[in-house]
Amino acid sequence: MSPKPLDYESLNENVKKVAYAVRGELYLRASELQKEGKKIIFTNVGNPHALGQKPLTFPRQVVALCQAPFLLDDPNVGLLFPADVIARAKHYLSLTSGGLGAYSDSRGLPGIRKEIAEFIERRDGYPSDPELIYLTDGASKGVMQILNTIIRNEKDGILVPVPQYPLYSAAISLYGGSLVPYYLDEEANWGLDINHTRQSVAEARLKGITVRAMVIINPGNPTGQCLSEANLREVLKFCYQENLVLLADEVYQQNIYQDERPFISARKILADIGLPISKEVQLVSFHTVSKGYWGECGQRGGYFEMTNLPAKSVDEIYKVASVSLSPNVPGQIFLGLMVNPPKPGDISYLKFVAESKAILESLRKRAHIMTDGFNSCRNVVCNFTEGAMYSFPQIRLPPKAIETAQRAGKAPDVFYCLKLLEATGISTVPGSGFGQKEGVFHLRTTILPSEEDMPSIMSSFKKFNDEFMEQYEDYRGYSRM
Amino acid sequence: MEPAARVVTVESINPKVLQCEYAVRGEIVIHAQRLQQELQNKPGFHPFDEILYCNIGNPQSLGQHPITFFREVLALCDHPSLLDKTGIHALFSADAIARAQQILDVIPGKATGAYSHSQGIKGLRDAIAAGISYRDGFPANPDDIFLTDGASPAVHMMMQLLIRSEKDGILCPIPQYPLYSASIALHGGSLVPYYLDESTGWGLEIAELKKQLDVARSKGVTVRALVVINPGNPTGQVLAEENQKQIVDFCKNEGLVLLADEVYQENIYVDDKKFNSFKKIARSMGYGDEDLPLVSFQSVSKGYYGECGKRGGYMEVTGFSAEVREQIYKLASVNLCSNISGQILASLVMNPPKIGDESYESFNVEKQGILSSLARRAKALQDAFNSLEGVTCNKTEGAMYLFPRLHLPNKAIQAAKAVNAAPDAFYARRLLDATGIVVVPGSGFGQVPGTWHIRCTILPQEDKIPAIISRLKTFHEAFMGEFRD
Repeated sequence: MSPKPLDYESLNENVKKVAYAVRGELYLRASELQKEGKKIIFTNVGNPHALGQKPLTFPRQVVALCQAPFLLDDPNVGLLFPADVIARAKHYLSLTSGGLGAYSDSRGLPGIRKEIAEFIERRDGYPSDPELIYLTDGASKGVMQILNTIIRNEKDGILVPVPQYPLYSAAISLYGGSLVPYYLDEEANWGLDINHTRQSVAEARLKGITVRAMVIINPGNPTGQCLSEANLREVLKFCYQENLVLLADEVYQQNIYQDERPFISARKILADIGLPISKEVQLVSFHTVSKGYWGECGQRGGYFEMTNLPAKSVDEIYKVASVSLSPNVPGQIFLGLMVNPPKPGDISYLKFVAESKAILESLRKRAHIMTDGFNSCRNVVCNFTEGAMYSFPQIRLPPKAIETAQRAGKAPDVFYCLKLLEATGISTVPGSGFGQKEGVFHLRTTILPSEEDMPSIMSSFKKFNDEFMEQYEDYRGYSRM
Repeated sequence: MEPAARVVTVESINPKVLQCEYAVRGEIVIHAQRLQQELQNKPGFHPFDEILYCNIGNPQSLGQHPITFFREVLALCDHPSLLDKTGIHALFSADAIARAQQILDVIPGKATGAYSHSQGIKGLRDAIAAGISYRDGFPANPDDIFLTDGASPAVHMMMQLLIRSEKDGILCPIPQYPLYSASIALHGGSLVPYYLDESTGWGLEIAELKKQLDVARSKGVTVRALVVINPGNPTGQVLAEENQKQIVDFCKNEGLVLLADEVYQENIYVDDKKFNSFKKIARSMGYGDEDLPLVSFQSVSKGYYGECGKRGGYMEVTGFSAEVREQIYKLASVNLCSNISGQILASLVMNPPKIGDESYESFNVEKQGILSSLARRAKALQDAFNSLEGVTCNKTEGAMYLFPRLHLPNKAIQAAKAVNAAPDAFYARRLLDATGIVVVPGSGFGQVPGTWHIRCTILPQEDKIPAIISRLKTFHEAFMGEFRD
């Protein structure tokens, strides 16, 4: 019998260490139940179009025309596409090196990177260099590329917020680095206290870890908090003092549901701080077409912008990007459209604005409905979703529930979420998938189910939760022994 | 406080990143881009008025048209509201409309903007599996298919799984497509080279495989997999069935995973060879799933469709245990999914219009037009290289490249040394500076030490080929005139 070349035992250990709960145990169980005919509400991933959000009309029209440029030669094209769509399609086609089917520059089409730089300049008030903007097949690929560039071995540590979006923990495991957690403060609305961060770094260094980078997710995922200007200044100064690269995940920058803390980019604050810090702190900022009010997850369009990286490092990053040849061109066009939407006076402007506003207003409403809904449930406490797309309620599990879970070989929040799934069809992700303080349990759900469906979902949840709590709290300490 | 040296500098980044090389978009291409800029700013400054990128298999960047039917379907899937419009039949063929509706029906909620299942949309995998089965005459399981953003990410995934340390080796053909060497370096493994035989049309000898395997093992390397590129890149050879059977047995006996890069499966230019997938060969030998771990890669970037910019592709993974497959799925899930449009295109490529379909006639004209043109260009360029003094060029049976050997005079080799360049890089640079033609030096692909090659694509449009050939000849004559011993 010939030796088996690829047994589980002989796999790369780092692959085995990777965990990505967003499509882990709960999701797999939910998919099984769905196959058996149960109605499942997937709230495990920020995937707006899967829950009924419609794509914006304008970008889809433009990209459809770019896909089939022979339509532009047809005299009937104006019957199906408005004039500004036609003009925009011609514009983007002219930026390509042979249409949608040709590999572009490995960094992305220069014309689109220029449009993104112009967007960044309008947004922040400081110039941006298109040469330092690289487009990727989704922001995740960019994050992975940058982490792979930074992590040399298990002694390299990356500061990651807890709770975090588990792409970070997964990538750090995959590349053999160390995750250095810094805890966000649930009692202070998931605030970032730089003292916690300082402490985490000190502890890591005591263990012989070289802390090299700090990740911030702003607005936060799963927590939704929006960092204040003061906070961002503290973070940047901290990175300067401790010599850390700042990785600013800003993919939810368009998803803001309160007015006290609008989105401010890390890059803007860095520039505001001025010399010497503004020229010293190394920063990589990430953005995408998957979130915001676009929600175009399936296009895989993202970019990262590098600040204060030496030219030689940028060359190395370029080199690795070139091995994958180029990001997908339609996704690049979506990015261009996102940073350059229709303007007042354009034929498609009014419709575009109406569609966008409707989505954002609805998301804001749903953020409130969900937060309030969770807070009305027994033993559930939920911070307000200031931004992003998620709700991360704390579930105060009674001791008996925790015991039962442990006996079943499950983490307590996994146990709760599985029961929730089986009872209601609501598929969430247990808080352990994102990290949480020891003994404190959460689940993450999205705020994406439609406004019509929200009330029934929340009441379904409340019914399950309150019955669960009743069942497991109904233990007055009498032993049966 | 004065901060220490910054984090992201070449001295302090991941050394594997530094070790990884990818010549296809390397130095010579960067120089070409500089020249292109100069052409714009200083017209007339160079003895040519355009740069001809023959360095990369990127057909549509050189004027090849996409397949109309595919683009019709993709456009409709991008903007499904079109399907409700009354004017639509004036602009789109009926079968493209029907196919788009069929595809949208298998996408949950018809939402092409949603993340899909991490292996790709089930209904599209069903279609691809059916296409594989039709091609091979053996069944394919949709759950064995992982749709990826092009074939390259799938290759990376396998390298990630297979390589634990530099003691893990992957057998790769020399010359090879440098994605393999780059990926192995990036993941910290060892490339174990096996040399293709230029004198026998780039033949793959089992004796050579065995020899290299034994050498690696004697050095303490655990060889995990064998990469075979069929049709070959850069070499263009199409493996004979017998050869493929020997390779399958070799992998089985030596306990190696067979990584079959089959992205050029639709690029065959000779009548005496045909493409057989390794899966078909293995199954025809009576080997089932339990007998041979085999990963087969396909892409939408090549063939007659040439849709590089879409980033569509897949790997078909057979012969692994359920536990290993879980790990592959887990890796795929971290990136959530590949782009949906690329997934749709992959399903179209594996299920093109059939005889009787409304679009079949025009589709077939486009397809045959492209393929026959590629065959003519392959022959014309091959003959041209063979006509040059000191140049021999094997037949391009398939793929998209020529890999002529340059028997360079000593004087040229010395001149190259004097400027610290490899002789083939020296030649390629001179060629570029004189003619604007961009090729990739053979050292980017690997070659028998002391031999020199260049890789040139067959992709410039047919009407440009005569001019390319004459410029090439003129340059070469001048070069040999300068350096003849």
